[in-house]
Amino acid sequence: MIKKLNARNIDAKECFYGHKACGGCGESLALRLALKVLGEEAYLSLPAGCMAAVSFIYPNMAFKNNAVITPFASTAAVATGIAAGLEALGKEAPLSVGFAGDGGTADIGIQSLSGAIDRGEKFIYICTDNEAYMNTGIQKSGLTPFGAATTTTPAGKAIHGCVTEKKNMFEIAAAHGISYAATASIGYPEDFLNKVQKAKECDGPAYIHIYTPCPTGWGHGSEITVDLAKEVVDTGLWFLAEYENGEFRLNKKPENFKPVADHLKRQARFRHLSEIEITQIEEMRDRKWEKMLKNWG
Amino acid sequence: MKDFKMSPRPLWKSLSDVPMGSSCSSFHICDTNAAWRVFRPVMDYSLCIGCHQCYLLCPDGAIHKEDAKVFRIDYDFCKGCGICANQCKPGAISMVKEDQV
Repeated sequence: MIKKLNARNIDAKECFYGHKACGGCGESLALRLALKVLGEEAYLSLPAGCMAAVSFIYPNMAFKNNAVITPFASTAAVATGIAAGLEALGKEAPLSVGFAGDGGTADIGIQSLSGAIDRGEKFIYICTDNEAYMNTGIQKSGLTPFGAATTTTPAGKAIHGCVTEKKNMFEIAAAHGISYAATASIGYPEDFLNKVQKAKECDGPAYIHIYTPCPTGWGHGSEITVDLAKEVVDTGLWFLAEYENGEFRLNKKPENFKPVADHLKRQARFRHLSEIEITQIEEMRDRKWEKMLKNWG
Repeated sequence: MKDFKMSPRPLWKSLSDVPMGSSCSSFHICDTNAAWRVFRPVMDYSLCIGCHQCYLLCPDGAIHKEDAKVFRIDYDFCKGCGICANQCKPGAISMVKEDQV
């Protein structure tokens, strides 16, 4: 039985410190918490994105771990390459971890991720999902939800933000028959810590998709980052689930969802939405949950 | 008081001390983030119940755990985002404007 991790028993040492992310950045919190579990022996691969931009500012280096910036499309390829290298060097318990944003995972990096999972090598891939390309200036990605205003899907008179739905990246990763896949949210940090622990222990590729609000891109106060990440699970717009041994499992089944409108209106990217669109978002959520409850129990 | 800087500022006496090439040693931190703040979190230890939430949820890791109930804020790297004050249930952390500290 693995010991359950919580705020009291995690490693007090910091492995990600002095970075230049915006105040209240959800993505840097996810990275920091993950590194508390993975430890300083993990080798990190990060593509061009916020987390690479804020930590590798010459001559600053915000990571205690060995870390490398990879080409945008090849986070998982570099991570598995490092894993093979560590094995060749005869390292005990080699641990290679890829951290990519939503664009680097669902759009640009999807082929290398798919290939790496297919090869079945032991590595961990953590997708920090802030629902747009934040580093380059808030462009729509494959994981941008319906209705969200970004610079490439602005809220105009005719079209109100993003017209497509979020890609089911967790299901796509799980469909490879991956050893371990999970979704998490920084609003539920203990749940995330334990999922990273499980990914570390598992023997094979592991994928964790974590929801990380971005105050700059979403237009909300920096102090409510964690609140929003908790609310999004309580409203049913995001879910906490795991895929293990070929089975899906929901970690949290809310009996009553919190009202979606209050949650959305706290973010500037959704402030333009009309009642009809909010109802549409609720219908999409209900459809998704109906399917999940039916298939995953 | 304990020095909370995780990595002391490297001393550069000559140009040869500056890392060369496209890589540098880990935790090589040369400057602070202190001027980012508008509001500064101030902790009232009499109200702290030691729930660990501020330490857990700080995106910068700027709140250090000294003991099970003693948490200290590293003002050199705190960006004043306010997550700690917002998450603190007993209200032990308040955000004070920098010029009023």
